[in-house]
Amino acid sequence: MEYITTPKVEQVKLLDRYTSKKPTFGTLYLTTTHLIYVENSSDTRKETWILHHHIAAIEKLPLTAAGCPLLIHCKNFHVVHFVIPRERDCQDVTYLIFQLYPEMHMFGLLVAKHEERIGWATVDLKMEYERMGLPNDLWEMTDLNKNYGICSTYPADLAVPSAASKATIVGSSKFRSRGRFPVLSYFYKQNNAAICRCSQPLSGFNARCMEDEQMLQDISKANPKSSFMYVVDTRPKLNAMANRAAGKGYENEDHYSNIRFQFVGIENIHVMRSSLQKLVEVCTAKSPTMSDFLTGLENSGWLRHIKAVMDAGLFLVKAVMEEKASVLVHCSDGWDRTAQVCSLAGILLDPFYRTIKGLMVLIEKEWISMGHKFTQRCGHLEGDPKEVSPIFTQFIECLWHLMEQFPCAFEFNERYLLEIHDHVYACQFGNFIGNCQKERVEMKLQEHTYSLWPFLLERKQEFLNPLYKSSINNEVLKPNTLPFNFKLWCGMYNRFDKGMHPRQSVLDCLLGLSQQKASEEEKMNELQKPWIKALTWSHQTKASSARSVYLLRNLAWGCPHLVPSVSPRSRTWPPSLMAPRRTRREVVPVRGIWRETPAADPGESKPPSSEVLPWRP
Amino acid sequence: MEFAELIKTPRVDGVVLHRPFMPTVEGTLCLTGHHLILSSRQDNTEELWLLHSNIDYIEKRFVGSLGTIIVKCKDLRIIQLDIPGMEECLNIASSIEALSTLDSVSLMYPFFYRPMFEVVEDGWNMFLPEEAFKEIETLTDEWRLSSVNKDFGVCPTYPQLVAVPKAVDDDTLRKVATFRHGGRFPVLSYYHKKNGMVMMRAGQPLTGTNGRRCKEDEKLINATLRPGKRGYIIDTRAINVAQQAKARGGGFEQEASYPQWRRIHKAIERYNILQESLIKLVEACNDQSQSMDRWLSKLEASNWQTHVKEIVTTACLAAQCIDREGASVLVHGTEGTDSTLQVTSLAQIILDPCCRTMRGFQSLVEREWLQAGHPFQQRCAQSAYSNSKARLEAPVFLLFLDCVWQVLRQFPCSFQFNEHFLVLLFEHAYASQFGTFLGNNAAERLKLKLPQKTVSLWSWVNRPQEMERFLNPLYEPNNLVIWPSVAPQSLLLWEGVFLRWNRSSKCLDEAYDEMVHIIEYNKELQSKVNALRRQLAQLETGDGLLETP
Repeated sequence: MEYITTPKVEQVKLLDRYTSKKPTFGTLYLTTTHLIYVENSSDTRKETWILHHHIAAIEKLPLTAAGCPLLIHCKNFHVVHFVIPRERDCQDVTYLIFQLYPEMHMFGLLVAKHEERIGWATVDLKMEYERMGLPNDLWEMTDLNKNYGICSTYPADLAVPSAASKATIVGSSKFRSRGRFPVLSYFYKQNNAAICRCSQPLSGFNARCMEDEQMLQDISKANPKSSFMYVVDTRPKLNAMANRAAGKGYENEDHYSNIRFQFVGIENIHVMRSSLQKLVEVCTAKSPTMSDFLTGLENSGWLRHIKAVMDAGLFLVKAVMEEKASVLVHCSDGWDRTAQVCSLAGILLDPFYRTIKGLMVLIEKEWISMGHKFTQRCGHLEGDPKEVSPIFTQFIECLWHLMEQFPCAFEFNERYLLEIHDHVYACQFGNFIGNCQKERVEMKLQEHTYSLWPFLLERKQEFLNPLYKSSINNEVLKPNTLPFNFKLWCGMYNRFDKGMHPRQSVLDCLLGLSQQKASEEEKMNELQKPWIKALTWSHQTKASSARSVYLLRNLAWGCPHLVPSVSPRSRTWPPSLMAPRRTRREVVPVRGIWRETPAADPGESKPPSSEVLPWRP
Repeated sequence: MEFAELIKTPRVDGVVLHRPFMPTVEGTLCLTGHHLILSSRQDNTEELWLLHSNIDYIEKRFVGSLGTIIVKCKDLRIIQLDIPGMEECLNIASSIEALSTLDSVSLMYPFFYRPMFEVVEDGWNMFLPEEAFKEIETLTDEWRLSSVNKDFGVCPTYPQLVAVPKAVDDDTLRKVATFRHGGRFPVLSYYHKKNGMVMMRAGQPLTGTNGRRCKEDEKLINATLRPGKRGYIIDTRAINVAQQAKARGGGFEQEASYPQWRRIHKAIERYNILQESLIKLVEACNDQSQSMDRWLSKLEASNWQTHVKEIVTTACLAAQCIDREGASVLVHGTEGTDSTLQVTSLAQIILDPCCRTMRGFQSLVEREWLQAGHPFQQRCAQSAYSNSKARLEAPVFLLFLDCVWQVLRQFPCSFQFNEHFLVLLFEHAYASQFGTFLGNNAAERLKLKLPQKTVSLWSWVNRPQEMERFLNPLYEPNNLVIWPSVAPQSLLLWEGVFLRWNRSSKCLDEAYDEMVHIIEYNKELQSKVNALRRQLAQLETGDGLLETP
């Protein structure tokens, strides 16, 4: 707190990058956690909150007559353009933001003031393995890594083939980059095919390892009906070959029995980082032509990478579903591309992962617990900028593309994805802090922070997809991956450019209807009460009439389970009568939704941009 | 000419039909004067009825004695027919080629089609100019309906009745017509109720290289300005294109002659360029190769999205001048039958809530496209697969529909109709059993006696049982001006048309049905609750059932 020498700056101008709207004036406040901008306009208090942790870069533009322009780029693709009247203030603000950054105590930002530590039990991976059907004859849980001795970046509990001995596991881990030996990612209990993951083998040009070969054979044997298994190297072949010179590399088909080896060509973290950078440039360009935009989109390569991840996920699904073959997936270290591909395959194969709770479990399992290096990839702390890469963002984007293709298959909506993505970078909750389980245990994260998941579950209503149909939900999703299915995710990369989005939201409409439905059903319920009383009474007085039965039948509409039991002779009503069954979409109203209903919105829409009218009279 | 002469082989058995995302069907292929029919002669199997006029191009292939005809349709669908026997295949192919390119309009299917439904409301009389003008009359007395073009002598592409400033007499109009391309003197296109501003459209002024003037023209358009006000002239051509037009006798309004008008040039492309653009776009969409870069570069190179952006932007500009600047607008390009209409009609979608209703949109298409003389017959003669060098063909109307779809996507609750309706109009503009889109202008339609001899698309579409499919369940009347975003991120490829045959729509259809279901259920629920309330109130007063004993 003592750093904040300039807690507020007045008369700061906020420029709207997109609409021709006049810039607003307001006051900029600096707190330990947020930059808060409050507009001066008298009627409604409009605030813009920027979490320090979301700030990715600050750009000081050349001084203008109006003041000192300051461009703040956030990790959630929010770009804020302030103009601070005095250069001195601007320097102070910039300095403070820099000062606050490393000083930020990650665990201080508790979101709720709950007394007891809660939430860390919301997602229980042991239960998840049970759900998958483990342990069974073929697979078992092992605690060999309980002290993180065999592999420091793996979790303590792992699933391995029952046939694999300790010697095999330990031997295999010594032959794999960073000790990340093959473990189970997903068991498809319908046909016993399994998806496993690991890191690259230390094969160099010709090295072999009996235990590793045995390990793969054990995995293959754990799927007795298949005579072979796939080994999928998610890297481009060239990269994998280059690794051989460093004593790493990929599996030699001659050394392993009955494997089919396959490259799928997803680029590395450095390519992805620079691709995103180009994409963001395209998205933030000032009034680009259509041609600039499409060319920029192509040159960024971003959608090509997304498609590559999706293709790889689909490859796994086809192998497991159609060929009933197990698959072992790896990249270099097995914590980036491997995590993307395995978790995506899970989403496609298993409807559970397409639910609100299921996605939490999947992220905990394939990303957090298996050692995706969130601290480094998200740049939580000042560190090597070369370690930062939008790997998780790409996974989230793949989900969005799936939701576009299968609008009824997911229990959650786009906002859920954006919310999770925000929190990955925000560090308000402990889930995405640290690079692996060992680090998290050492930091005692579960004692010092809250888990994100209960917080999200509490707000479940906001994240529901009104079109979700559990009936089609048993299907395995096979997305179409032809290039034209992929488009820019405006909701992510231009999320804060409100003018670019549809001015009326179908999602809001439908969420509103869900609430309306709930309240109407409640009204119906209320209206039924006097009826039931009346009928019971008319019974007692033997005044039952055909008419009241008829009316009661009408009443029962909307609660079909009532109809059969409605008869003038039934004296006692089953308790369920009073409370019509509620379906999943209709619970308490959510704050703020009605305010955003469509009809009110378009009034605020503005002519598209200043470029439209070249001349002002 | 008898159709029979063109049909060498009317029937072939054992033909196999392949369609995108549908099971193959084996059956009998029949050719009639207007249809290609494939029937499996089994119950419950869908048959193929394809209008010859919907066929854009065919390709033949032979493997041994098995012939294959690939039929590329104007609605962008591609189907394949495997025909046993080389001779049969060649005969069928040449028949299709002849029947799909009939040169006489009066041989087209609409002249033979008899509706299977009762025409309750005749679409031919639904949107008459005099009816449309009645509403304007109630708002202002500054305009009148002129019958100067009653015999199509002044302007062959205008309807018989046009709205012009009251202060201008017919003689003046005749003079102005000689100064405007194709005799298309400035006429009223839209009256903005909110502030009384107007949008007019015309052909280019024939200034030529020596800067010809026409006092009457100046008088006419000045008559639409309020005292002391300025207006805007939106020329849909880039300035250099407009300059070049002078050499061919055309041109644009010089500042000196029109001091009260501010001229703005926008660059909407002309028809042959649009046609090439469509061909490239469809080629890109049909390319099944796996490369993302190739797709994006082809999409970019087609320039289709650029055209969409340009048209929406220009329409926004026109709407902005009228609504925000409180100025009247005159729109023209060269002929005033293509880009001009794209702009004037789209601007009305933005400004006028009526145009976003089912009826209003039909009226808009009728007024601003059909009666305004967009040459549908010429523009829609060929679609994206035609190999012949495009002369007059161009997807001008399709681009307009695409732009409407963009606005609809951005304001999904403000339109009474849905995307299916726009797709329907696209299909029928290119091939139809109805006479609505035949002919190039009102004069031709009258000569062809279309209202007497053919059925109007509107007669069919407005039947309640048909209309239901085209209504937007999310519609809530919205009386505001709707400003669409023209950022490239906001303008998407119209998948409903361009990817329609390239991927399965099962999941998207399911989602749409689910949405309809949710909305319907809610409506029912609400009316039920209301009914219960009423009944309850009735009983409380009447029956006395609720009195406690």
